[in-house]
Amino acid sequence: MLLNQFLLLSAFLFGTGIYGVLTRKHAVLVLMSIELMLAAVNINLVAFGAFQGDEVAVVGQVFALFVLTIAAAEVGVGLAIVLLIYRNLHSADLDDVDSMKG
Amino acid sequence: MFFLDNAWLVPLIPALSFVVILLFGKRMPFKGSEMGIAAVGSSFVLACGAAVQWIQRVGDAEEGGGGTEHALGAFGAVIGRIGEEATEGEHGPIVESVHNSFTWFQNGGIDLHVGIQIDGLSVMMMFVVTLISLLVHVYSVDYMKGDRRFTYFYAALSLFTASMLLLVVADNTLMLLVGWELVGVCSFMLIGHWWEEKPNSDAAIKAFLTTRTGDIGLLCGVIMTYFVVQQGTGTGSFNIEDLNASAAGYLNPVSGTLLFWCAAALLLAIIGKSGQFPLHTWLPDAMAGPTPVSALIHAATMVVAGVYLGARVYPVFYEGLNIGETNINLMAAVGGITVLIGAALAFVQDDIKKVLAYSTISQLGYMVMALGVGAWTAAIFHLFTHAFFKALLFLAAGSVSHSGAHHSFDMKKDMGGLRKYMPQTYITFIIGTAALAGIFPLAGFWSKDEILLGASEGDYTLFLVVGAVGALMTAAYMTRCIYLTFFGEYRGGDHAHATPHVDEAEHQPDEDDRLPDHGHHGGPHESNRWILAPLWVLAAFSVFAGLFNATWFDIDKFTEWTAPNANVFVELQHHEFDVMLALISTAIALFGAALAYAYYWRGLGPQRLSERNGLARTGRQFLVNKYYLDVLYTDVIVAFVKGPLARATYWVNQNVIDNVLNYAGKGAMVFGRFTYDVLDQKVVDGAVNGIGTITDSAGSEVRKIQTGRLQFYAFMLVLAVGVFALALWIAA
Repeated sequence: MLLNQFLLLSAFLFGTGIYGVLTRKHAVLVLMSIELMLAAVNINLVAFGAFQGDEVAVVGQVFALFVLTIAAAEVGVGLAIVLLIYRNLHSADLDDVDSMKG
Repeated sequence: MFFLDNAWLVPLIPALSFVVILLFGKRMPFKGSEMGIAAVGSSFVLACGAAVQWIQRVGDAEEGGGGTEHALGAFGAVIGRIGEEATEGEHGPIVESVHNSFTWFQNGGIDLHVGIQIDGLSVMMMFVVTLISLLVHVYSVDYMKGDRRFTYFYAALSLFTASMLLLVVADNTLMLLVGWELVGVCSFMLIGHWWEEKPNSDAAIKAFLTTRTGDIGLLCGVIMTYFVVQQGTGTGSFNIEDLNASAAGYLNPVSGTLLFWCAAALLLAIIGKSGQFPLHTWLPDAMAGPTPVSALIHAATMVVAGVYLGARVYPVFYEGLNIGETNINLMAAVGGITVLIGAALAFVQDDIKKVLAYSTISQLGYMVMALGVGAWTAAIFHLFTHAFFKALLFLAAGSVSHSGAHHSFDMKKDMGGLRKYMPQTYITFIIGTAALAGIFPLAGFWSKDEILLGASEGDYTLFLVVGAVGALMTAAYMTRCIYLTFFGEYRGGDHAHATPHVDEAEHQPDEDDRLPDHGHHGGPHESNRWILAPLWVLAAFSVFAGLFNATWFDIDKFTEWTAPNANVFVELQHHEFDVMLALISTAIALFGAALAYAYYWRGLGPQRLSERNGLARTGRQFLVNKYYLDVLYTDVIVAFVKGPLARATYWVNQNVIDNVLNYAGKGAMVFGRFTYDVLDQKVVDGAVNGIGTITDSAGSEVRKIQTGRLQFYAFMLVLAVGVFALALWIAA
């Protein structure tokens, strides 16, 4: 197994995530794309962790676990915000949420 | 060492008493006098304690072989250094003075200290000042009774004493300057105590301004001595011991020119304060003040401040004026001239207090002359003894005037024959006169003899002659004074018909106004015990004070006790008692007294010479007009300043300075207009406005990308990351 295979997978997933974040209109789909990006990052972390020389150190893997935890929390908060936006604007379309226009 | 370490209490107590008397004096049962007496009394006790402890310290130092205790404070390091270099006894006895000081503030690397330096000289001065002041306070209870400003008088006396004591204990020249000026202000207040009479307030102003002329010298001297210390120790300081050690040449070499100018400036201060020729003219006029004040000024405070300054920073004079190396120097010359002119003027005075005032001038001349010929101990010993008998003479004169002459001081008009009415005053006055004239074994004999001895041993033959002639004149004019006051017929006449004699010399205000409860004035009578007690105390001191340094009997306690720390002082000469010299000086004094006796009592000699002989009349006229010095000062110097000089200054002011100012103003206006139009309006405002405009337009452009749409922001973010990544990749 080569490190490059994991990295390519991760890059493909990350690119998909970015594409989703930038193009999807619905807030839930954007959140899901963010999850894809996080997953890509996790693959990177685990891959680097596995391929580094020291067998005992599992720093990358532990880091990935932390990212998963934080991602769960982040999705929880994000969905709650989306829910509130929908209640107030009767829409989950991100183009409607532009009250920070300068 | 309680009394020595805490000697700062000695000036502090009268200073507090001044405030208390000023605030609450009028409500006190004795109108503040009890407060003043109590304060000065406690200062006196503290001063006595300090004296006893100092004498013990001197004894300890002699047994322990030199100064065992090191001085505290900033000076400790220097002391230690020279202490190692100088072997014991090389310059003389070493008894270190007591220091107690703290830093007042620091400025530009200069530490300004407030503190005390107590040595034999300060202890002696504290003792004299507090003792005389205490007696004057007691004396004034009766003398000033019923005065309309009785409370104020006591407040001023307290402050006067406090100022002099501050001057005495000061360990740096700045504090000394403060005390010096305070003394001047207090003497102004007290000389002008009865300021309702124009001559009195004139006399006060004259005293103040004349001494201020000398104070310029002190101020310059203080500044210059700072640099003496800088040259001597490396760091500038106002500390007096540092100054003395530097000037005496025990540290780094100090420029001789600088020392000379320091000595000259400080000598000017002494001339002003101690009534030396030619600034002595204020002292006789200062007689306008109440008699107790005159006693205080002439004996303990004010005028001796100058001599004290000379003794305190003596190394500056010694090195600056080359004392001991030449046969004449500025200091001795000033003193010598003053001895003679003061004594000569005393002959033509009708006012008893003025006789004593000129006598003081003459005696202060002795002290300055003694400093000038290198007889340091003799100078301060004479200061010590003179304080007692001069205070005695003044207080006795006050007693005569108060009880025997209807508050007049004119010997020729209102006195005469008083020995029958006032026996105690008469006896004490005789004692004071004998002491002043230097009759064995009274106080004046020992001190005057030491001065003459110093002059003769130091090869100052000229000043030996001056001193001897002065002694002759002193004895003669005092005998004249006694004759006019106590012998002959009483000339005061009946009080009901005698109006208080007022002329330029005599400024007593209306006595009924001043002394309402003295209605019992019949004829002359003896004063009461408030006045007599101080007289007898002073008489006792006048008799015995000289025995502290009765060198004939091998007693030199005074020399031993006041000897300055030889590590920081020039080497002092001490001479063996010379019996011949003592005999001659006493014989001269007795001869002077005999001459006056023959002239006044026996009617021998050319009586009324000045009315018959033109030359004698001119001479007398010259003396009566006080050598025309007052004329010189008011009609020549002041008139020149008021007349031509003022006009010239005005012309210069109008034509030169005003034009310069006008053109400078116009130039400034043109420049200001240019600055406003070009620099301010165009450059500065343009820059400020330009920056504002740029910021504004940049903001309105940039706000267009602030869409509020989240995904656009995310796009920008990704784009930016991409650009940076690309840049890094290219760079790598």
